[in-house]
Amino acid sequence: MKRVSNNPYPASGVLTPQDGLQSFEAGRLRKNMGWRLYLQTVIARAYPRIIGQGREKSWLFFDIFLPLLSVCAYVFVYRAIRAPEDYIGFVVVGGAMTAFWMNVLWSMSSQLYWEKEQGNLALFIMTPTSMMAILLGMALGGLLSTTLRALVIIILGSLFFNVQYAVSSFVQLFAVFILAMLALYGLGMMAASLYLLLSREAWHISNLATEPVYLFSGFYFPIKSFTFWISAVASIIPLTLGLDAMRQLVFKSGPSLGFVSVPIEIIVLCVLSIVFLIAARYMLAYMEKLAIREGRITENRR
Amino acid sequence: MHTSKLQTTQNPLSGYSRSFRIAAWLGWQIESNWTDPFLFAIYSIIKPLAGAAILVVMYSVITSGNFSSPIFSYIYLGNAFYIYVGAVMTGISWAVMDDREHYKTLKYMYIAPINIQAYLIGRGVAKFLVGSISVIITIVFGVLFLHVNVNPAAINWPLFLVSLVIGVIMLAMMGLILAGVSLLITQHVSFIGDAVAGALFLFSGAIFPLEVLPSWLRPIGFAMPVTYWLELLRRSLVGHVAEAFPTLQNLSNIQLIAIMLGLTFVFGVISIFLFRFCEHIARERGLIDKVSNY
Repeated sequence: MKRVSNNPYPASGVLTPQDGLQSFEAGRLRKNMGWRLYLQTVIARAYPRIIGQGREKSWLFFDIFLPLLSVCAYVFVYRAIRAPEDYIGFVVVGGAMTAFWMNVLWSMSSQLYWEKEQGNLALFIMTPTSMMAILLGMALGGLLSTTLRALVIIILGSLFFNVQYAVSSFVQLFAVFILAMLALYGLGMMAASLYLLLSREAWHISNLATEPVYLFSGFYFPIKSFTFWISAVASIIPLTLGLDAMRQLVFKSGPSLGFVSVPIEIIVLCVLSIVFLIAARYMLAYMEKLAIREGRITENRR
Repeated sequence: MHTSKLQTTQNPLSGYSRSFRIAAWLGWQIESNWTDPFLFAIYSIIKPLAGAAILVVMYSVITSGNFSSPIFSYIYLGNAFYIYVGAVMTGISWAVMDDREHYKTLKYMYIAPINIQAYLIGRGVAKFLVGSISVIITIVFGVLFLHVNVNPAAINWPLFLVSLVIGVIMLAMMGLILAGVSLLITQHVSFIGDAVAGALFLFSGAIFPLEVLPSWLRPIGFAMPVTYWLELLRRSLVGHVAEAFPTLQNLSNIQLIAIMLGLTFVFGVISIFLFRFCEHIARERGLIDKVSNY
């Protein structure tokens, strides 16, 4: 196999399939290496996540419709007990954020288990690329498509229930959202490495992690309702502080119902993002070795 | 092989019974043997309690913990018994998805000498058992720690048992309808049960009285059998709580049971014919073993 000539890369920096084909026809095999390969992997794994949305349009409907049903039910509970109107908004925002938790749980954490079931995991590990890049691609693709779904839920929920917003700082709101997502998907990547070792129990564990997280992260009520220490422990899940900060920033009564101040929550979310992303990298490397050693990469116990 | 030892089922009723029993056993194995009994017990307890706790905290935040109000018992018990809807109805339809997509055994079920409807209902039995554990734990927890006003001595046991049995049969029939539909829609089958259960949760007054719904949505709630079922269960456990809400105040227990029986019969007939129809279409289109790999 010939090495690539002095500068084999196009002006864009990353080889496209056409570049590869041309170089193959010219008798040379050029390939992306290093950060280019990493970037190419990220794009390649994010691609089906985004394009896949359009392939099965009914899924898009169900992904929006099902959380919206829960949102409506919880809104009517608050109406039945005559809760202040801002609580209706809390439910709408919380209901939209469930889409992200579902995405992290079922399409990030358990993804490597599904890939194992389908026989793709061994192929992923065989390829000369980084598993971290594959997970990052999954996260980026999932984040983009889930954001669109969450936005639709917020818009429809707000229209149905006439939710009034009073945004105090768009900059902080944007920062909180981005940091919460970074930390959340970092947590998802960490969890994905654990799922490398799981088998039949993966489905049940994901199923189990739904309601308890809805409860302790305060998806439908302010987290301040718990004692300080319960809220503090629950803050390990990035959506807890993310949701609390967002509510403080978009509702009039938000600051009075907030757990701690928004700047503190931003700092904690920064720390969680860094810790989770670094931990994901090391855990993935360790778990991959462990899974290979124990022969669990191709294991299929149904 | 000694021909005298070869057992065949001549009687259709025993065929139904055998399919049901074996499917119930199989369903229980699938549900429970993925882990050790201790972890399975924890799994069975945490999920329903967390679901109930969300409502408890929501209620507590707004009412400052006034758990003696009738609306709390209304919400709590409705939510607890609603676990059966997800377990039985969705459980039966999920068996189609599980056998076709996951285990890829549905085609073998069709060539086996079993009754497929009895088999699918049998698969729901395990979910019913797990659901029953969840319902009991949720209610006991509510009575012990949250002042849910259920007094065992004051429970109308005959009404409770009759309502429960009719309701579970009705849910099984609804599950069979969904199972038939699931045979036809390979790509979306995992959503169907959740979508129907979610819609029933919203419209059946499970966790809020129907009066809270906009007036144009209430007729949907009145058309759903689950609404009457939950009302009967509340009346049998805590009669005074049910009386505090005007939704079905004009109907006596006998009338509610009659409505439930009528709707169960209707759903039963629809389920049998609809399932057969869907099955016929699925066979014609080759959908019995069609795998989406999603």
